[in-house]
Amino acid sequence: MLEHLWFPHDISTFGPQIDWLFILIFWITVVVWALVMIAMVTFMVRYRHRPGRKAEYIEGNPRLEIFWTTATAVILIALALMSKSTWAEIKEHGPPGQVFYQVAGKQFNWEITYPGPDGKFGPKAVTVENEMHVPINQVVRIELTSKDVIHSFFVPNLRLKQDAVPGRTIHVWFQAREPGSYAIPCAELCGFGHSGMQGTLTVESEADFQKWLKDQYANQQ
Amino acid sequence: MIGRQFLFVALFMMSIGGLMAMLMRLDLAWPDTQFSFLSILPQSLQNDSAITANTYNAEFTMHATIMIFFVIMPILVGCFGNFLIPLMLGARDMAFPKLNMLSFWVSAGAGVLMMASFWVPGGPAAAGWTSYAPLSAVPIYTGVDWGQNLWCMSLIVLGVGSLMGAINYITTVINMRTKGMTFFRMPLVIWSLFITAILLLLALPVLTTALALLLFDRMGGTHFFLPPGGGEPLLWQHLFWFFGHPEVYIMILPGMGIASELIATFSRKPIFGYRAMAYAMASIAFLSWVVWGHHMFQSGMDPALGTGFMLTTMVIGVPSAIKTFNWLGTLYKGDIHYTAAMLNALSFVAMFVIGGLSGIFMACTPVDMYIHDTYFIVAHIHYVLFGGSLFAVFGAIAYWFPKMFGRMMNETLGKVHFWITFVAFNCTFFPMHILGMGGHMRRIYNPTQYDFLKPLEPINMFISISAFVLGAAQLLLLANIIWSLVRGEKASENPWHANTLEWSAPSPPRHGNWPGPVPVVYRGPYEYSSPESAEDYLPQWQPAEPATAAAD
Repeated sequence: MLEHLWFPHDISTFGPQIDWLFILIFWITVVVWALVMIAMVTFMVRYRHRPGRKAEYIEGNPRLEIFWTTATAVILIALALMSKSTWAEIKEHGPPGQVFYQVAGKQFNWEITYPGPDGKFGPKAVTVENEMHVPINQVVRIELTSKDVIHSFFVPNLRLKQDAVPGRTIHVWFQAREPGSYAIPCAELCGFGHSGMQGTLTVESEADFQKWLKDQYANQQ
Repeated sequence: MIGRQFLFVALFMMSIGGLMAMLMRLDLAWPDTQFSFLSILPQSLQNDSAITANTYNAEFTMHATIMIFFVIMPILVGCFGNFLIPLMLGARDMAFPKLNMLSFWVSAGAGVLMMASFWVPGGPAAAGWTSYAPLSAVPIYTGVDWGQNLWCMSLIVLGVGSLMGAINYITTVINMRTKGMTFFRMPLVIWSLFITAILLLLALPVLTTALALLLFDRMGGTHFFLPPGGGEPLLWQHLFWFFGHPEVYIMILPGMGIASELIATFSRKPIFGYRAMAYAMASIAFLSWVVWGHHMFQSGMDPALGTGFMLTTMVIGVPSAIKTFNWLGTLYKGDIHYTAAMLNALSFVAMFVIGGLSGIFMACTPVDMYIHDTYFIVAHIHYVLFGGSLFAVFGAIAYWFPKMFGRMMNETLGKVHFWITFVAFNCTFFPMHILGMGGHMRRIYNPTQYDFLKPLEPINMFISISAFVLGAAQLLLLANIIWSLVRGEKASENPWHANTLEWSAPSPPRHGNWPGPVPVVYRGPYEYSSPESAEDYLPQWQPAEPATAAAD
């Protein structure tokens, strides 16, 4: 929907809602901007200085003030209320998860820990750097943290961003709709290696995912 | 005098801050490329004649720090605050002239500390102007040791200097107004500086405190912001932005005041809705204390708090919109004179509109999740601070130069400077919105490291070339200032036929501002084209009945 505006292709379930809000704000701001500019340029041309003409003495107009104050307030507060539920869905609750990972940022890699075959983050869990494999169309839950400084887990194609803060575990979820591989750059300045810090998100079928995970378990032994 | 000192020091710092920006743009268009001319720079800014990851981080950190703390604040608040407040209120000097001088020298000392960090081992601070902990709190994370310490110390010293200034401005505005100068007869630029001073007084101690804690973490072994010792990284962000958001308005409110003066004077019309303008600035100042969390939507702060901050942030858009509509109302049925000063003031309005509107995208929490920490933010901040504050500064210099130095600036050169700056500014910063929409992160020195950013590289190239034009155009401003100081046409007392009190003083004003008695104020500041007068202006100091005044 937004690809003609340079946006990366959206593959997440909540992406369309974010893109819709972006488009809505885009058109509101374009229209407001155009109206303001038309008025400004018209006034600038029509009321340019010409000899012999005096400006009209106008001190203001309280009714106009009330009108544009109310109009702006209504539009802006409506926007905030419309955004509220999308935000709550993405960051506050989210659907129950089926695949759990731990992700930790560290200078300058993403460490992704997959639970062991027993489903626990115990001794059999495997940790891989920068390679995140997820099954398609499943809710993926991440416990995000950092081992040193603040990093930011950013997947442009998912429209997802969340800072990884040392000393905290932050819950993140997403559900990818299309197979492929996508970049996971770090979006928060994290030191001299910040530029170039990136992982890869591979979205694949359940069978491919299980096979890949099995290989990881095998590699670990 | 102190106003002029602030102006010259800030213009010097602007050239350094601008140089940092040029280096960044050079790198973003041609990453990891060697340029032999870079070898003349201190080692902390280049690595074997190339800009690398470490030096790039230092460059954007110092660019923002210098531009915010040593250019925009000193010019708007230090220079024009000191110069305009006594003159426009009819006072012979500031309330505390010695404190004023001390404030300048303390600030200059802070500048020396900051400059010194270019030559210490490890180079200058490289953790961004926001210096998020723990990156900024532990030397090994950035590889910068004394550079970051000096950064903290310099800003602590600067905070003390600005605090002295703020106390002085507030006292002067409250106590030193001449007879007849009621609060609602004050020019809007004085309102804006008064409100800014209150923000400075309340916001700067928060930054100073946070910086002291950061310095303790770095040098004293404390763990205020470090999790291993029970510290909290988000505490830094809360403290920083609790100062930092009012700070944004500290840098834009005086610009709004300046634009109001210039637009009224050159439209030859009263400002539309004078009281609404003053109230709008007061409400912006008040609301600026309750929006800091919008910098932290993705920081791990409770998302429910994010919703609250989204609402307050949307609300702060309202007074900003009121101001814009009132500026348009002032143009309506005016008699507009296109001087260089007026062109800059109009550009302030147009660019501020873009900067304000792009802010709505970020205020919306779900959209912010995508565009946060991308070039969309860089575009927004530059539309507000360059398109806004700096165009206001250019306008203010053109407008008050005759009063400050007794000579007119060259109008033709001023207009050429304006048009090149205006076009190059938009070519530089508008495409950054597109980069941001493409997902281009901020603060990366080499976008070609990312496959998904490769299609955007031509845009980066275009931006860099525009930025070089923009930077070069500022030499015209410098040339105009120097040429006009020496050869400019001598200025009369009131060359713009303006109403406010500074234009009743000699150009430039001597010690004590007025040779005779201090002027008395008879009316509001914007009585342009009043039906009571045959002229298209009616100064504040002119008695109501010219006939009786002559009889006296």
